Amino acid sequence: MTEVTMTVNGRKVRRDVPDETLLSEFLRESLRLTGTHVGCDTTQCGACVVHVNGAAVKSCSALAVALDGAEVTTIEGLAPNGELHPMQKAFNDNHGLQCGFCTPGMIMTSVDMVEKAKAAGKTLTEAEIRHGLEGNICRCTGYHNIVKAVAQAAQEM
Amino acid sequence: MNVGIGARVKRKEDKRFITGKGKYTDDVRVENQAYAAFVRSPHAHAKVKGIDKSAALAMEGVIDVLDGGQLTGDGIGNIICGWAVTSKDGSPMNMGPWSALATDRVRYVGDAVAVVIAESQALARIAAEAVEVEYEVLPAVASAAKALAAGAPQVHDNAPGNLIFDWEIGDAAATDAALAGAAHVTEISLTNNRLSPNPMEPRSAVAIYDAAEEHYTLYTTSQNPHVARLVLSAFYNVAPEHKLRVIAPDVGGGFGSKIYIYPEEITCLWASMKTGHSVKWTGDRAEAFMTDAHGRDHVSTARIGFDANNRITGFKVDTIANFGAYMSLFSSAVPTYLYATLLSGQYDIANIHANVRAVYTNTVPVDAYRGAGRPEACYLVERIMETAARELGVDPAELRRINFIRAFPHQTPVIMNYDIGDFEANLDQAMAAADVAGFAARKAEAAGRGKLRGLGYSSYIEACGIAPSAAVGSLGAGVGLWESAEVRVNPVGTIEILTGSHSHGQGHETTFAQIVAERFGLPIENVAIVHGDTDKVQFGMGTYGSRSGAVGMSAIVKAMDKVEAKVKKIAAHVLEASEDDIVIEGGEVKVAGTDKAMGWHEVGLAAYTAHNLPPEMEPGLKESAFYDPANFTFPAGTYICEVEVDPETGTVEIVQFTASDDFGTIINPMIVEGQVHGGIAQGVGQALLEQVVYDDDAQLITGSFMDYAMPRADDLPSYNVNHASTICPNNPLGMKGCGEAGAIGSPPAVINAITDAIGNNNLAMPATPLAVWKAIQAAG
Repeated sequence: MTEVTMTVNGRKVRRDVPDETLLSEFLRESLRLTGTHVGCDTTQCGACVVHVNGAAVKSCSALAVALDGAEVTTIEGLAPNGELHPMQKAFNDNHGLQCGFCTPGMIMTSVDMVEKAKAAGKTLTEAEIRHGLEGNICRCTGYHNIVKAVAQAAQEM
Repeated sequence: MNVGIGARVKRKEDKRFITGKGKYTDDVRVENQAYAAFVRSPHAHAKVKGIDKSAALAMEGVIDVLDGGQLTGDGIGNIICGWAVTSKDGSPMNMGPWSALATDRVRYVGDAVAVVIAESQALARIAAEAVEVEYEVLPAVASAAKALAAGAPQVHDNAPGNLIFDWEIGDAAATDAALAGAAHVTEISLTNNRLSPNPMEPRSAVAIYDAAEEHYTLYTTSQNPHVARLVLSAFYNVAPEHKLRVIAPDVGGGFGSKIYIYPEEITCLWASMKTGHSVKWTGDRAEAFMTDAHGRDHVSTARIGFDANNRITGFKVDTIANFGAYMSLFSSAVPTYLYATLLSGQYDIANIHANVRAVYTNTVPVDAYRGAGRPEACYLVERIMETAARELGVDPAELRRINFIRAFPHQTPVIMNYDIGDFEANLDQAMAAADVAGFAARKAEAAGRGKLRGLGYSSYIEACGIAPSAAVGSLGAGVGLWESAEVRVNPVGTIEILTGSHSHGQGHETTFAQIVAERFGLPIENVAIVHGDTDKVQFGMGTYGSRSGAVGMSAIVKAMDKVEAKVKKIAAHVLEASEDDIVIEGGEVKVAGTDKAMGWHEVGLAAYTAHNLPPEMEPGLKESAFYDPANFTFPAGTYICEVEVDPETGTVEIVQFTASDDFGTIINPMIVEGQVHGGIAQGVGQALLEQVVYDDDAQLITGSFMDYAMPRADDLPSYNVNHASTICPNNPLGMKGCGEAGAIGSPPAVINAITDAIGNNNLAMPATPLAVWKAIQAAG
């Protein structure tokens, strides 16, 4: 067991966890933040994406003990005051989700993609949005409405 | 704001999903929880000679290790196929025994032999590795054609030659005669590639046993929790129905794979009783690949004959269907009543004959996957039509037009009675939207860039709204396929709809509320949809086969009819008017042509206070209904795919995908279009990317997302989705269903487009760059 301290969604948390605990397990099991999902075991599907120190990370591929002191934002922390983030609103506006299982990872990846593009002063094209979603698999939507949602949020963010 | 039928209402259920508050089975944590991990066969076929549990049992935190002998010893029954198909010689299908935990023999890689119950998931998995199983490896077979060959390994003792059934439909002699007299005969041989459904949420189960009440609760990833309870109770002897509650909370996609009741759910329930702990199992993706029922895996040959006017005279099909190692719940229906009955396609064909052989192999069981039989039929029909058009030198759209069914109802020679449709309207709409007229210019322009451009059609039809109970009963189904609903009007006038349908992405909480809001003139916020819990909803058959609209919503309409009748009686009594003069509009119950009215909520309150009800009327305002459809519904349409192929690399780019669908009445176009997008993506995945691969020893090669190519955002285009509808005459809302069309209609459109581009008709799915490049080279 190793003691881990993180700031998760703005709240400081401290837990003793086995060394092999993945960040996804730490969030889901230790903190009961079950919005972060696990859809594969090979870092392919992206359902588990969260932000670590401001960047999108597949939480199934990071060890909790390696992230001592990190700032983590999960899907539950994206709308801290109850007002939806423009990306969350855009997914609802554009029917960018069906079963909802890939959605938290999709949204967290998309927020990171748009923020990086903004920081670089770029406007995302459809092809760039599709490429940026390459690490997130959705089986329901065929991506059409997810791409529209990201484009809308990119205008509003 | 209009929220009724036809309105693009944003989904009510989205908020919990976009804020991370969805509640899926793996999110459930209960008291006294232990975790299950399965010991699975690494061999495709072997005798189990012994199981040594001692090392695992010695680990601290391991609660128990249970095996198949204990499971069958406790009377847990074998897993069954619920649809009896009879061979053409009159013999019953050969169903081999399938125990949730294998006893003496394993038949596919992943077959469960034992289960470890431990205090943590990690520990359960480590302990499962420590269980020593002694196997005597037997020869194995993965391909259905090879399994039928003389001397092939025998998967089940009671299925000689691995043949489950040899079934036929239609008139063989008449079809042979029609082909013999045809002016032209086109032949085709093709494979419908084996797929893994891969909903993004892995299957999961949480089983809770209450020893004092002898009662079980199961949270599980199910498309049909009542069917799960029925079979767990009636066939697997886990518990009687009144002692078993099944809850399917938010479910992360199904596509058919979550219809069935798998060994893991059965074992978790039994183990919860056996160990006194609540038992949780969540599969990982590797387990999903090796245990979730696969789809498709047909090998077919077909011959179609035309007269001198290019009209079809006969169609003869021979299909071998791979069922895997065991018969899954609906497996027998897929290549028979959901496949061969659709071989008439959209065409007027007098003579059809199909022969289907179902075969055991040492692979994962195969069952319904989005479309289930209908994609296999559509692929065969639409590939052979396009091939015939090329051979005959006729425009492929024109050949379809010549043969379209134009008068309805239309009885095909293979059971189905098409109620309504306008196939030419969909073809015309798709051709206009796809700008087929401009294709030649685009092809020439692409050629200038060194690219091969091709156009492919697919005019699909499917039988949905599954299904009329008497009809499916006569064909061997073990259950009826009606649906139920209950409409509860509360004393304050808000409404709860309890439905036997189950939403796992389809948006029922929105669309079902829309039809209620429209009917009674209420805000959509005042309507809540309750589903997925056998303690709340009395019964239901669940969601698959594009049935939630045509069957599930029809049940709601029937129950609303009863509510409306009672509301009118109450209002007429209170307002001292004739029942015939009462109208319900805009949240008010009025006497037509007067200013006398009650608020909707006042009628609700009156029903429950019961101070002033008509004589003999019972208090309360709650009605239920069971709806059994009179016929299947027949969604149909035309898809047109346009591709550009890079001849240097074989890479295919879909430059345009156009759909024209006839779904009958559409409640929420936004949701319906989303269903089409997702279906097309799965169909394109089948056509270009996806393939479950077994090696010659029946080892599963595609066991992860690293090996099995799932369609990703940059593999797919945006879709041009259009509707040209005829209204279904057989259900109250005129709905046909939209859930499977995309997956059914799109694969042949893609392959027809690529083969058009490269000038070689001999191309199998998935059309990977290597396969396409080879086909280009072969075409010279």
